[in-house]
Parts: sequence; structure tokens; C-alpha cells
Amino acid sequence: MNITLRVWRQKGPDDKGRMVTYQVPDVSPDMSFLEMLDVLNEKLQLEGEEPVAFDHDCREGICGACGVVIDGEAHGPETTTTCQLHMRSFKDGDTITVEPWRAKAFPVIKDLVVDRGAFDRIIQAGGYISAPTGTAPDAHAMPVPKADADRAFDAATCIGCGACVAACPNASGMLFTAAKVTHLGMLPQGQPERQARVIKMVNQHDEEDFGGCTNIGECAAVCPKGIPLDTISQLNRDLLGALASGRTE
Amino acid sequence: MANSTLTKQRSEALGSTVALKSAMAVTGVILVLFLVVHMYGNLNVFAGQAAFDNYSHHLRVIGEPMLPHGGFLWIVRVVLLASVLIHIYAAVALWRRAGAARPVRYQATKRVQRSYSSYTMRYGGVLIALFVVFHILHLTTNHIAPGGASDSPYERFVNGFQPEFWYVTLFYVLTVIAVGFHLRHGIWSALTTLGANRQSRQRSLNIIATAIAFVLTVGFLLGPLSVTLGLVE
Ligand code: HEM
Ligand code: SF4
Ligand code: FES
Repeated sequence: MNITLRVWRQKGPDDKGRMVTYQVPDVSPDMSFLEMLDVLNEKLQLEGEEPVAFDHDCREGICGACGVVIDGEAHGPETTTTCQLHMRSFKDGDTITVEPWRAKAFPVIKDLVVDRGAFDRIIQAGGYISAPTGTAPDAHAMPVPKADADRAFDAATCIGCGACVAACPNASGMLFTAAKVTHLGMLPQGQPERQARVIKMVNQHDEEDFGGCTNIGECAAVCPKGIPLDTISQLNRDLLGALASGRTE
Repeated sequence: MANSTLTKQRSEALGSTVALKSAMAVTGVILVLFLVVHMYGNLNVFAGQAAFDNYSHHLRVIGEPMLPHGGFLWIVRVVLLASVLIHIYAAVALWRRAGAARPVRYQATKRVQRSYSSYTMRYGGVLIALFVVFHILHLTTNHIAPGGASDSPYERFVNGFQPEFWYVTLFYVLTVIAVGFHLRHGIWSALTTLGANRQSRQRSLNIIATAIAFVLTVGFLLGPLSVTLGLVE
């Protein structure tokens, strides 16, 4: 396959940045999207040009590092991570536009790499359970109903990739925040800090300059882990419950 | 993760984006309830002048003598005005926030699943607000009276939508359809915001939102169209 790539190039955080067009010949349909970028980078290096910086780590869909927007869709045309997207999803002769996640909360570091530290700070604000450390408790010490365990587990599969923010017309980080609130809120261990957690995490979310959620649902539609939109409804309910019980921090 | 430092939180949960959209949801629900009653009132036009004017008169004497003449109506108006102002305040705040949250736009964009309704909420809302101002000047205060002013609400209604004022009817039709779209996403969104959304219920929530939006749209269209088409005179 021969592919024409329009890629966002930006030398550093303060550079203005621009789209640059490259030809990538002889692409195999079995290559992953990142491998195709590797091929481009080898070619650029041989030509003495700076390779395109993109973030990646596991290349097996579990670390969440590799997000880019491909032809206007976060992680491209399949509902998966960019590393798990293959060139067979495109046609010979296609022109593909590749851009970094666009959000004030995710500033571009270089080319396609953004700083997703805002997510870390949301977790730091409340996305944890305070527990005395020691030997691991017995697995059956605290029974959890199957349905709750399943929901908690599904929410816990969020890999923090940021596709939800990239796809949201409001650049809201609410699906990510809601995934964590739901994950911990469904478990008995998460109950003591449940109200404080949702308040602190929502405050931190807003503090990071993410937009507000308006329930449009693009986030859940692009989420590679299938985090459902109803986690946001659960977060709202938890927050309203906390506020109604007079708790504001 | 370990080396990023948290600054002291300045944001307040009570003023958070979630609180804003909750205010928008609650006021939106009040406005929807108002629209249901309003639509029912409008349909009285098919029962003739006496019934319509009587309904209108009745609105002003509800609660008498406990309340002064028009007292109940003014209470409702104050609640509605407060709802509209809160709704618009929250909408504008979230709109500005969303604009600031994505300073650099995408060069390529694609809609994955979002509905026409969901991405026209903001401009649709502005259109509806402008319409409400026009509508009050037209049929409530009668400062704008295309077919001649009248003390009878029924006559104001019928005069206003005569065939020669087809452009007035057209404006009403377009905005009522805009209201329909606004409510289609708005009702779904309000229910989600208030915590009612579960995956197993999403189908029902969508059906409820579409049904209410559809019934209100048709209900509001019937009156003006019937007058313009000469079915009510
Ligand atoms: C300038 C006027 C208005 C503006 C700018 C406006 C804007 C908005 C926006 C931006 C939303 C949230 C959209 C979303 O969830 O994606 C919304 C929701 C809603 N609107 Fe309006 N609107 C206006 C007037 C109205 C009117 C006149 C009504 C009633 C007829 C109405 C009923 C609703 C309802 C029920 C919701 C759902 C609340 C929620 O988001 O949870 N709006 N509006
Ligand atoms: S919710 Fe989904 S899209 Fe958002 S960060 Fe988590 S895995 Fe990525
Ligand atoms: S590189 Fe780890 S998810 Fe893609």
C-alpha cells in the first residue's frame, strides 16, 4: 500500500506547529499503525530529517500511551488503541491525517506527544482507597456481590489513554474521572471515602481546565476499553448525593 | 504520577461543571413541564373562541380569592424566568469553558455517534431564547400584532397566523422544530445528569426523550398551521 500522511509537526511546547505531508510507500496491510509510523521515521532518519515523535510503550493495547487522532477519530477508525489498529483498516492510496489529542489540559510536548499529567493529578486527588498496609487480606474476607464486582472491574479497565477527552466536543475528562469513581464506588473498600472522593476528583477535573460534560457520548463511543457512559451518570449521582448531604469538600 | 504535585484545589464542588449541568437539568425539566401545560392550553384553540378565552381567563383567576387577580400566573412567570436565566447562565458558562478547553482545533473532524440534536444544543438554545422574546411581544403583550391587536387571546392567535403572515408561521414552525431537537437531547441529557442513566435503561431513556420531544413538537405545530391553512378561523 502507498499512503500519504498529513502529520502534525511541532518542535516543542512553544512552537506553533503545522501539518506536514509525507509519502509512505510499500506499507503492508498487516503492519500496525505505529509500525507504519516507524517505517516513516526510518525513512526520515535516512534523509537526515527529525523523526516524528509519538508516544507508545506496550504496543499491546494495555498501557494507554499511544493515542493520536486519525482522520478526526481518536485512535482511528476502529474502537481500539492506535497500536492495535492495523493498516488493513485503510486503503491503498489513502491520505491519512494524524493529529495529537487536542485539549488545553493535554499540552503538546512534541509532534504527536501530549502531557497527560492532568489525569494523574485527578487520580492523586482522590482516585485511591486509604488502607492500612500489611499482609494481603484473605480473598473472601469481604464478600462483594457479583454484579457489583463486574461493574467495578469493567470500570477499572480504563487505561487512561485520554481518547475520551480527545473525542469530546467539550474536551471534557468526565468519562475517565467517572470510570475511577465507579470502580472504587462499587466496592465495599471504597465506601468510607466515596463522597470525599467524588468531590475531590471533580474539583481536580475542573481545575485542570477540562471542559464540562454535556452527555453527548462521543467518549464512550471511542473508548478502547468500552467504559460505558452510564458511569458518568453514577458520578453525577454520587456528587449530587454528597452535596445534598451538606458535604462540600 | 509520583512526581506531579497537586496545587491546593481552588475549585468548589458547588460551582463545578457537574453542579452547572445539574442546574441546567433541573431548570430544563421545569421548562419542559411548562411546555406540556402550554401545549395543552394551545390545543384549546380547536374548541373555539369561548373555550380558549375562558382558559386564558382562568389562568388569571386561579387561587382567587387567596391570591390576587393574576397572582398565580405571576408566581409561575417568576419561576419560569428564574429557570430560563439559570439555564442560560449555566449553558453559557459551560459553552465558554468548552471553548477554552480546546484552544487548538482539529483539522479533520468526524462525528462518531453524536446526534444532530446533541451538537445543535447551543445555537438551538440561542434561537429558542430569541424566539421566546418575540413570542411574548407577539401573543402575550401584543406589541407585535401582524393581523391586528385584540383583547381576546383567541383573536390574537388567529390574527397572527393568517395566510398573508406566512412568514410568522414559518418562524414559529422552525423554532418549534428547534425546540423539538433541543428537547430530544435535553431530556436524555437531563435524565443522565440527574443520575437516572444505566446501560440497561438507555433504550427507554432514548424512547422517552424522543416521544416527549415529538409530542410537544406536533402539539405546538397544530395550532398555528391550522390557522394558516384555514382550518381554524
Ligand atoms: C438561550 C437559550 C438556551 C440556551 C443557550 C440553551 C442551551 C442549552 C444547553 C447548552 C444545554 C445542554 C446541552 C447538552 O446537554 O448538551 C441545554 C439543555 C437543556 N435545555 Fe436548553 N437552552 C436554552 C433554552 C432552553 C429552553 C427555552 C428550554 C425549554 C423549552 C430548554 C430546555 C432544556 C432542557 C430540558 C435541557 C436538559 C438539561 C441538561 O443538560 O441536563 N432550553 N440547553
Ligand atoms: S475512559 Fe476509555 S477513553 Fe477515557 S482514558 Fe479510560 S480507557 Fe481511555
Ligand atoms: S502502546 Fe500501549 S496501549 Fe498502545
